[in-house]
Amino acid sequence: MATIFAGMWRAVAAAVAVVLLVGLFAGVAGAQEEPPETGVQGRLQQRTEDGNAPIVGVRIVVTTADGAAVGEAVSDTEGVWLVAVPGPGEYVVTIDQATLPEGVGLPEGDDGVRTLTINPRQVRGVLFPLGEGAGASERGSQVRLALQLFVEGVKLGLLIAMMAIGLSLIFGTTGLVNFAHGEMVTFGAVVAFWFNVSLGWHFIPAALIAIAIAAAVGGLLDLGVFRPLRRRGVGLIAQLVITIGLSLLARYVILYVFRGDPRSYAQYAIQNGIPIGPILLPAKDLWSIGISVLMLLAVGLTLQKTKVGKAMRAVSDNRDLAESSGIDVQRVILVVWAVGSGLAGLGGVLWGLGESVSWLMGFRLLLLIFAGVILGGLGTAYGALVGSIVVGVFIQMSTLVIPTELKNVGALAMLVIILVVRPQGILGRAERIG
Amino acid sequence: MDWEAIIRNAVIAGLSREAVVFAIAAVGLNVHFGYTGLLNFGQVGFMAISAYGVGISITQYNAPPWLAFIIGLLAAVLLALLLGVPTLRLRADYLAIVTIAASEIIRLVFRSVALRNWSGGSNGINGFADGFYVWNPFEPTEQYGFGWFKVFGNQAYIILVGWTLAILVTVLVWLLMRSPWGRVLKSIREDEDAARALGKNAYWYKMQSLILGGVIGGLAGIVLSVGQSTVQPDSYSPPVTFFIWTALILGGVGRVWSPIVGAIIFWTLLSLSDNILDGLVDTGIIPAAVTAGTRGGSVRFMIVGLGLALLMIFRPQGIFGDRNEMMLEDR
Repeated sequence: MATIFAGMWRAVAAAVAVVLLVGLFAGVAGAQEEPPETGVQGRLQQRTEDGNAPIVGVRIVVTTADGAAVGEAVSDTEGVWLVAVPGPGEYVVTIDQATLPEGVGLPEGDDGVRTLTINPRQVRGVLFPLGEGAGASERGSQVRLALQLFVEGVKLGLLIAMMAIGLSLIFGTTGLVNFAHGEMVTFGAVVAFWFNVSLGWHFIPAALIAIAIAAAVGGLLDLGVFRPLRRRGVGLIAQLVITIGLSLLARYVILYVFRGDPRSYAQYAIQNGIPIGPILLPAKDLWSIGISVLMLLAVGLTLQKTKVGKAMRAVSDNRDLAESSGIDVQRVILVVWAVGSGLAGLGGVLWGLGESVSWLMGFRLLLLIFAGVILGGLGTAYGALVGSIVVGVFIQMSTLVIPTELKNVGALAMLVIILVVRPQGILGRAERIG
Repeated sequence: MDWEAIIRNAVIAGLSREAVVFAIAAVGLNVHFGYTGLLNFGQVGFMAISAYGVGISITQYNAPPWLAFIIGLLAAVLLALLLGVPTLRLRADYLAIVTIAASEIIRLVFRSVALRNWSGGSNGINGFADGFYVWNPFEPTEQYGFGWFKVFGNQAYIILVGWTLAILVTVLVWLLMRSPWGRVLKSIREDEDAARALGKNAYWYKMQSLILGGVIGGLAGIVLSVGQSTVQPDSYSPPVTFFIWTALILGGVGRVWSPIVGAIIFWTLLSLSDNILDGLVDTGIIPAAVTAGTRGGSVRFMIVGLGLALLMIFRPQGIFGDRNEMMLEDR
């Protein structure tokens, strides 16, 4: 959503820039025919796929603040209009919307009236952001917005799915619900930020080393904390509470070091959207989608084809049987921790790239990861993928009807509802899990 | 360093409004986790919904305080039903995930701009607590206490009422757990299948436990909001639940008095660590930059997180707990 806002903001900024430039040119053009000392002017145009098209024959009416007529103008073949005013003061500029061509209108909430103050010797530019107005083709732009949100939802869902892999694999092999997984996401993003911004590395090597460090920390966490706990026979619920303690510790260490305000990486922070059909996506979003898909494919292939992947599935299915058939279960769990944490770190980096890096991002994402994993079915690899994408799309598309600030609430509420209706998730087997 | 002041602050913190709120909330959590084995990681959600129930029914609907109080507790019952119906039939960790999510939903909804006129947005609700202070026997401007333990009138009132409530709910829970009903809860904690095999409706017993503990949690939320004379959405954020967990585990899970003892010890230790840290900074042993700005605040959370993890690793039964009472089996 933030990217959409960013996109809109960019569009508005571009429009303002266009008008300022236009104002300059108009000033130059007007100079030949003795410009008025004080006045208002502007250029009416519509953004289309191949540039800006002037809008001809639209009436602009200027009155004083108390309603006395001052003058009016009609936009010429360039879309330019100019009304001279008698002197400095406050004026009201109104665009006659009845004269707008069909299919062109002001954005929703814009009444086409501008009140402005003219200073001595000022010819002031007035901006009317014309486009496919709300009234003209609302359905078209709604469909486009929905499509844009859908694609952004898929991007978010793929990211959630990638971060969920670690959670699912650790749960599958050890039965532990790792509440510290969200902090691994934050950790990856923050380490990359440190290399990228504080040390001045380029973003890509910074991201790569951050992922490696996240994987190493995940492995060390298993070696140093959870393997000894398993050996001592500490129960899963005690381990779960320990992960909560560790997540609290890690989150506030990150807050301590990184501080509270969200920040962006040094490169790729601001990118213009690339038009793909009716939607706009910045290149980094395309990369994010591509990388997530690649990683998900790689994990899928690893689980299906390679020896270590088969061992992971064997440990998930039946740990004792796996152990007795010669699989080094502890080593498999170590690999799962390292790979899962690395992927979480990568997810954090990509999230930080798309939005911004903040100390609380991991905790917020963790709740969405839970929603995705449970929706798909806890412990099912492909279920987690489907569930995550559903959650991502649901979150983004729900902003069509509910306020943006509540979009995560919708996803969490869906989590609760799914548990009532279908506790084993979309793809989970209907076995007894109580 | 002024050790006398540090110890004085620690004792005051151990008996303070915050400690009593934690004690009551931990009694509820003890019913959930200690006696029934329910993993409730959203206790703060019960606190929030009751506090908002009171605040909204007074400011929006002009309810008298006693009615608002009942509405607040009923809101906690509703929340328990809402959370329990989907999750109590499932494995324990589902409840953990759903409760933590629910507590965050509640906070985000109440602080949302869309409901600003109803629940006050991020400013919360103010000016509803006066009705609860009409029985206050103390003068708000006077200090009360003994020796160097002195607090202002309103604070003294809340501390007195709060600790009375804490003791009342503790006695109530003690009586309930001695009853046949309580023995069924414990048997569900120990072995749900065995309890089921004996014909007990484990689901319904767990639901009753969730409601009872949730209502006690709601009571804690009401005490907090009335004590602060305001409902602030961000006072009900997820880490509060983890603080309460730490306090409960510190005291010893599944023991009658452990929530109260745990809350007192928890706040005493927290105050000690805060004050010693400040003292070390003042005397120059630790450079001031270490605790500058928000950093001092985050140190407290780090200590709690580390403490929770270490407690669970090395002494899961807490200070006074009995290891056999500590339900740590997964199911």
